[in-house]
Amino acid sequence: MRPMTGWFDLHLSDLWRYRDLTMLFVWRDFVAQYKQTILGPLWHIIQPLFTTVLFTIIFGKLGKLPTDGLPPMLFYMAGITTWNYFAECLNRSSTTFILNAGIFGKVYFPRLCVPVSVVISNLIKFGIQFTLFLGFMAYFYAKGAPIHPNAVVLLTPVLVLIMAALGLGLGIIISSLTIRYRDLQVLIAFGVQLLMYCTPVIYPLSKIQTQYPQYLWLALANPMSAVVETFRYGFLGAGTYDVMNLLYSATATLIILFIGVLLFNHVERTFMDTV
Amino acid sequence: MSLVIQLENVSKSYRLGTIGGGTLRADFARWVAKLQGKTDPNLQIGQEHHARLMGQEFWALQDVNFEVKEGEILGIIGRNGAGKSTLLKILSRVTAPTKGEVRVKGRIASLLEVGTGFHPELTGRENIFLNGAILGMSKSEIRKKFDEIVAFSGVEEFIDTPVKRYSSGMFVRLAFAVAAHLEPEILIVDEVLAVGDAEFQKKCLGKMKDVATEGRTILFVSHNIEAIRRLCTRGIWLQGGTVHMDEDIGLVSEAYSNSMADQAPTVLRNRTLGLTLFDIRLCNRDGQPCSVFCPGDDLMIEISYDAETPISLPFFAIVVQSLKGSCFAANMLLDGHQPEVLQGKGRIGCLFRSLPLMPQNYRVQLAVRAKNGQDLIIDYQDVAFFAVSANLSDYGYQGKFMSLASEATAVVVPYEWHLPDGGIKPVALNRTTATFSNFIF
Repeated sequence: MRPMTGWFDLHLSDLWRYRDLTMLFVWRDFVAQYKQTILGPLWHIIQPLFTTVLFTIIFGKLGKLPTDGLPPMLFYMAGITTWNYFAECLNRSSTTFILNAGIFGKVYFPRLCVPVSVVISNLIKFGIQFTLFLGFMAYFYAKGAPIHPNAVVLLTPVLVLIMAALGLGLGIIISSLTIRYRDLQVLIAFGVQLLMYCTPVIYPLSKIQTQYPQYLWLALANPMSAVVETFRYGFLGAGTYDVMNLLYSATATLIILFIGVLLFNHVERTFMDTV
Repeated sequence: MSLVIQLENVSKSYRLGTIGGGTLRADFARWVAKLQGKTDPNLQIGQEHHARLMGQEFWALQDVNFEVKEGEILGIIGRNGAGKSTLLKILSRVTAPTKGEVRVKGRIASLLEVGTGFHPELTGRENIFLNGAILGMSKSEIRKKFDEIVAFSGVEEFIDTPVKRYSSGMFVRLAFAVAAHLEPEILIVDEVLAVGDAEFQKKCLGKMKDVATEGRTILFVSHNIEAIRRLCTRGIWLQGGTVHMDEDIGLVSEAYSNSMADQAPTVLRNRTLGLTLFDIRLCNRDGQPCSVFCPGDDLMIEISYDAETPISLPFFAIVVQSLKGSCFAANMLLDGHQPEVLQGKGRIGCLFRSLPLMPQNYRVQLAVRAKNGQDLIIDYQDVAFFAVSANLSDYGYQGKFMSLASEATAVVVPYEWHLPDGGIKPVALNRTTATFSNFIF
């Protein structure tokens, strides 16, 4: 028997009990998205590839932004692969309540299943894009480009975990707030894009370090900065890698995720009356 | 037997009007103003008093208390807006109560709306797994029941077709089949029996009975009082958000049927043509107002009218409907018995002789037109409700499926079977005939 009140009544065990459902959502997302498309999952490759080429031309060739001495293609692709995963997690989980209002209004299951499934299904896409990145890396390495993969590579699972948790945490905070403030729906669309320019995706953190050292703290306040830089450092051997920065990212992520889960649980109990 | 559901002072309020400002700016301004002790800047001038009204609450449920024991089959009845849906939403955890506590032991599955979460692009097979999981089954559970579900739904041939190509009937059957094969400790059923054809409905009722005999708890909400009466042991009648009656199902359904008759709209009016109909009554053979009839009884429908301006050649049409559709009608246009003119106050009546109706709930709809139907004066609407109630064994029914008879066609005429052994088994609509024929042969 259980009462149904209190902020901290998180029912996280329910989430585990419904793990089959979470996995089915992942599978549904993946299967249903590409029914009646010609290229199917190939889209996961086309999109980052084109973005990389575009970035290489615009920021590398025209804008002449430095790339820490790395081949621009690889530099941008490393940034895009990581950023895309975070951004997709954030974008898709932020619409949890609005998109699923119909189904949430009829049956109970832990609502967290939906954003968690989003994060997992994006992991598949990340895997595809990551493989693409590895392929390009091998190609450039064979051509003798100055890249030096090192032991920091082993941190990759941690990086992915941070990205997933951060995307999920921010996403569910926003999705909880969109119920009352639809403004956020508009904000999130271009907000994520703007945020990308605040993250060292198209420029190296070292540029800020040397040119605008007074703003370095601001760039590092963004938990994604350390993640992107560490990823790049591990696989390509250039960039800024600092355990303290990474620890900060992990802590900030945990706090955001905790707030997110708290808020999400509070909202899910009565959101049907507001939506 | 142990308690499985316990509700303590459960209340649920909804705020009337718009909720919050809807935008961040408006809410922020309101919050700042509140800190400064000023009035809400978002209010229009002169709206201050209105503010309290804006925050006015509507209590959909108020201090609802009840307990359900394991294995009980509880019927919940009430008019639209009585709080049935809110109650079910709270029980199925879709929304939380504003006040009070709900304690539930065991897994609840609700059939609030079948087909929830069906994805049109996925095949029937894929949707069974998805839908089953949404309803709380694990993958292995679904796999175990898969064949049973498919057989129950009757869509074997199309199981690998995307459900977007299904007919709506197939869709609903598949959806219900998944839901029906859940094995929850508590099953909530709401109006699902309104879907599908009669045969499928019978299948569903049968399935519910199976579930019930397995000792699991069922909460059943339906407008079909006969179905509730047959399935349930106990009834809760909700009215205005509170428990109006919590008794044995027989008592509750009878009281409810009677009140339905009282609560039908009493006045129908067409202002432009100046016609008012009022005091619409259902009476029995003796002219006494009545809302529960026996098969074979006479039904008199009386209507008072007040025609301020003369209406020439008006015609009244009365239709008696069961939940499944029209049973019979009386229509002055078709039988040609229209009055020349309707003027002033008066009374009009229609006597239906020996109702050939099975025990179910019925409603009476009335329409008034004029000039061969071109002028619509009062459109068809429900003017009265009545129930037919009977112990069918008094009428020549027997056997273990007797209770299903009232779910079959609503209209029956007296008949008799001439059996190979020469026996004649009559089924009659009135007790005297039945005994009479038994006597003769």
